[in-house]
Amino acid sequence: MGVGAFFTGKLDEAIGWARKFSIFQYPFVTACCGMEYMATACSHYDVDRFGAGLPRFSPRQADVLFVVGTISHKMAPVLKRVYDQMCEPKWVVAFGVCTCTGGFYNNYATVQGIDTVIPVDVYIPGCPPRPESVIDGLMKLQDKIAAGAQRF
Amino acid sequence: MDGQAILARLRERAGNGVLETHDFRGDSTAVVTRESILDLLTFCRDDAALEFDLLVDITAVDNLKFPGREDGPRFEVVYHLYSTVQNHRVRLKVRVEEDDAHVPTASVLWPIANWLEREVWDMFGVRFDGHPDLRRLLLYEEFIGHPLRKDYPIERRQPLIGPKV
Repeated sequence: MGVGAFFTGKLDEAIGWARKFSIFQYPFVTACCGMEYMATACSHYDVDRFGAGLPRFSPRQADVLFVVGTISHKMAPVLKRVYDQMCEPKWVVAFGVCTCTGGFYNNYATVQGIDTVIPVDVYIPGCPPRPESVIDGLMKLQDKIAAGAQRF
Repeated sequence: MDGQAILARLRERAGNGVLETHDFRGDSTAVVTRESILDLLTFCRDDAALEFDLLVDITAVDNLKFPGREDGPRFEVVYHLYSTVQNHRVRLKVRVEEDDAHVPTASVLWPIANWLEREVWDMFGVRFDGHPDLRRLLLYEEFIGHPLRKDYPIERRQPLIGPKV
């Protein structure tokens, strides 16, 4: 390994470490999972421990798109547009079984998994997911952020 | 007025236009012909004894797989009326065939009928003659079919729509 590659690797690690603790999330809350999202975000479970305590309500200022709740076909273009407005680097978390697969809404109105519309990094199943599983998903996302090649 | 009296008054007005009536525990219903529905709705609204000033709902029923009605007219358009003055209710039904699924619009009588009829068109594909703006209400333009029809396949997936550029 050359000296240049060594420094680039160390720089990647340093930036990855910084990025994984500064998750500015955009909560795209459409349904009942939002209650569980709030429970997770509040002091009892405290996602601020993972640096994800500051939701930004503008996609242009956010790193992680939290899709919380059922996405209907009519909502899908809005979700796509919000995703497109986010700056790189960006990640997407599918929160709850409706966003993962459509859940039990096997009908004409519901998108069968948001990965048909936008790419997804972490799936958190559950109806709704327990805060513990949300935090587990968040930590998996942190690992993914830290381990990936850093674009800057 | 009680249900029997309301139905009697409707029969008196429309004669053969009222096909059948029933009155069960305060649920009074009149099945009427398509030709007389608009006249009866106008009568219900304007008659001093009835005074149905509120159109509560317009909906429809698909009898495609209803036991005993598979051969009859497929759709029933249902009007629910309420009188805020006299506190009484009535339900009017119009039966239409699948290949002739249209009824006259009630939006000239109650403005709310505009959106209610758009919803019925959206979900059941029943057209309303004379409606000023018969577009889909809940679903989007690109949607193909009418999802509350009983022959709409539950597994059918519609094409995804992207953001409008």
